[in-house]
Amino acid sequence: MRRPGFRWFLPAGLVLSLLLAGVVSSFASSSPDGLDAVSRQGCEYSDGRITGGDCIARDGKDHEVGGPFADYRIAGVDNPYLSTGLAGVIGVLLVFGAGSLMFRIARRDSAARSGSADAGPPRDLEGVG
Amino acid sequence: MPSALHIQNGIVNAPVSLAYLGIAAVGFAIALRRARDQLDERLVPMAGLVAAYVFAVQMLNFPVLPGVSGHLLGGALAALLVGPWVGVLAVSIVLVVQALLFADGGVTAIGLNLANMALLGTAVAYGVIVLLLRLLPPTRSGLAVTAFTAGLVSVVAAALGFVLQYVLGGATQMPLEWLAGAMGGTHLLIGIGEGVITAVTVVAVARVRPDLVYALRHRPRRPAEPAPQPTRVSV
Repeated sequence: MRRPGFRWFLPAGLVLSLLLAGVVSSFASSSPDGLDAVSRQGCEYSDGRITGGDCIARDGKDHEVGGPFADYRIAGVDNPYLSTGLAGVIGVLLVFGAGSLMFRIARRDSAARSGSADAGPPRDLEGVG
Repeated sequence: MPSALHIQNGIVNAPVSLAYLGIAAVGFAIALRRARDQLDERLVPMAGLVAAYVFAVQMLNFPVLPGVSGHLLGGALAALLVGPWVGVLAVSIVLVVQALLFADGGVTAIGLNLANMALLGTAVAYGVIVLLLRLLPPTRSGLAVTAFTAGLVSVVAAALGFVLQYVLGGATQMPLEWLAGAMGGTHLLIGIGEGVITAVTVVAVARVRPDLVYALRHRPRRPAEPAPQPTRVSV
């Protein structure tokens, strides 16, 4: 089987991530997740607020900064699909950008330290197998 | 949108949160040091992609019980695709972006979350991966079982990591046996989802580009050695 080149693989993976975060995310379960659910056990709730009892969630405080995309929504965008989808797309691009930058810097540093690490020709595994 | 194993601020007290920030910083520094020797022209973009994919799939909460959901943590997936050291960094960057921009996980709880999901989850997953790849046949199903088990075990480990943190610095007294049972039980179910997503993703990558799956690479290449076989998986 001819393998798709990395030039193809990378954008395909990114597009898949963008679709998952931008579209599929709006159809995800909105129930509290494992830790949240366990944290709420023991407390009585009314309208999403704790009204009594002892539970882990009782000590939870509001997020320190909130941030422009708090709760995976964009402040000011009312349509829930658009709000969550856009926040997801921005998040994927931000993580990809920040991650790529971090990994590239880490690599450049190591190449500079060890001297000849970058000297060899790029390993192209295309066509193998 | 709920945040799976992401701890809010205020849940665990400041001294314990600070101590875990130290642990997370040391773990991150060690991972960075080791990752530097491995990052090459293939692994750099692949690591960025894995981080982006983990962020995306973390948004996809799936139901596990009536009124309870879970989502991918990603440590096992990262360890399989880019190795444990780069994997720790990839999951870390997801958690930091989530805490700073998406209000997902407290900023003061970042050390707690990094320790559970980036360090513990990835490390435990990698242990399972090394063990099972040695024991199981080098086939596609062997890889799938490895990925599933690594995902499952890593989620339960991360959940128990929180139990320890809560025992050390939880504000409200909770019976330990209850907490360990509730966290472990719920995350066993979430771990099944983690295992399935991890296995499906890794097997898919291995089918098109097995050379991009770190766990399928042979020992580090040495000039003296004969050319390594490209893969252990029969495609």
